[in-house]
Amino acid sequence: MFKRSEHDKRPLVQIFVDGVAVAARQGDTVSAALLVSGRDARRATAVSGAPRLPYCMMGVCFDCLVTIDGVGNRQGCLVPVTEGMQIEIQKGKREIGK
Amino acid sequence: MSGEYDVAVVGGGLLGSAIAWGLGRLGKSVAVLDEGDIAKRASRANFALVWVQSKGLGMPAYTVWTVRASEAWGQLASELKQQSGLDVCLQQNGGFHLTLGEDEFGQRSELVTRMHNQAGAADYRMEMLSASEVRKSLPLIGPEVSGGSYCPLDGHVNSLRTFRAFHTGFKAFGIDYFPDRPVTAITKSGGEFRLTTPAGEIRAGKIVLAAGNANQTLAPMVGLHAPMGPTRGQIVVTERTVPFLPHPLTTIRQSDEGTVMIGDSKEEELDDRALKHSISAVMADRAQRMFPHLARLNVVRSWAGIRVMPQDGFPIYDQSETHPGAFVACCHSGVTLASNHAFDVARMVAQGSLERELVGAFSASRFGGASGANAGC
Repeated sequence: MFKRSEHDKRPLVQIFVDGVAVAARQGDTVSAALLVSGRDARRATAVSGAPRLPYCMMGVCFDCLVTIDGVGNRQGCLVPVTEGMQIEIQKGKREIGK
Repeated sequence: MSGEYDVAVVGGGLLGSAIAWGLGRLGKSVAVLDEGDIAKRASRANFALVWVQSKGLGMPAYTVWTVRASEAWGQLASELKQQSGLDVCLQQNGGFHLTLGEDEFGQRSELVTRMHNQAGAADYRMEMLSASEVRKSLPLIGPEVSGGSYCPLDGHVNSLRTFRAFHTGFKAFGIDYFPDRPVTAITKSGGEFRLTTPAGEIRAGKIVLAAGNANQTLAPMVGLHAPMGPTRGQIVVTERTVPFLPHPLTTIRQSDEGTVMIGDSKEEELDDRALKHSISAVMADRAQRMFPHLARLNVVRSWAGIRVMPQDGFPIYDQSETHPGAFVACCHSGVTLASNHAFDVARMVAQGSLERELVGAFSASRFGGASGANAGC
């Protein structure tokens, strides 16, 4: 659904989504990188388990919650990608120890 | 005829709602006169325990009344679900009070012994457990937990949904709910009560004062007495996490939807629009010493609420001698006692007399001064 502009010449940053290498660009937020990755990045909400994607992209709606480097319930739209970052699509409530 | 309603209930919080719902269930015509959204409303600020352990030290009848409520809660939850479709998520599989360090364990043990030695109290099987015994039920406790007390009758509920279920039930029972109608004066003439509100007068054959701490000023209008001593409590709420706490604690519970509530502070201050971070910090610190993994969770909400609290901590139920048909009901535990209010107190109001064997001990005559018709048990 999303594709990158051909004029985007920013350097590549490699991140991992559920263990799979994904190419992002420097300056991407985690949510932007997930949306453009072509992967199924839908999380499951904490109570009903409804599938959701990042929505507002500005820190308000909390629909981008994701586990980043082992920490659950991070707002993916507010966190810039870094080389080697480990992303897990969060299914449901934040887990103990994450 | 005596007024346009059989009963006017003054106060639309959890206590007034439970009584009004119970009266509607008995086929009475009922009006509920409530304040507005900014009322100091414990019904929206409470910790949602259906709690038995440690209740009633100094008044054995209160343990009997509390155990009765705990046992009737299942029926209330089931009737509310049948009527409104709302599941109030009642869970009654026993609750803990955890202690940190040996001093707290010793103090709690003494309390349990004093409760057991109290004549006339219901035996609710509260017992002290060592840390290793607690760990069998609550495997995630931290190393500072020295043990705690356990009572198999304790539980919790979704109290906001309970509140909503009562109000949903109002419609089914044809109860008239009037928000923004604080009662400023009450008179009785020709066998009916007239209640003055900013939006006009309501007439009723009987009245129930269920206005929480405001009962203190309303009760004398009809020859009743309700001395109150409110306190403030704070609650800290975390983001949702996977279920880790299979039993509620006096100070920590996990809601049916996964949030963790941390509570049980007590302050003299009575402004519910602000809270003291220094107190929240102590509460959060104790919670993470009990369950170290909580330290990783974000706090998403905190609030302060004003406890409805009779001066000696025990409930007050009375009927006026000078104004028969005027009842007063106030207590701290509007959640725990909701079942008794819906079934027992509503029945007593409908029949026009309080049953001394159940509520005789709760007359305000125990404070001295004006006494109601409920004295002498």
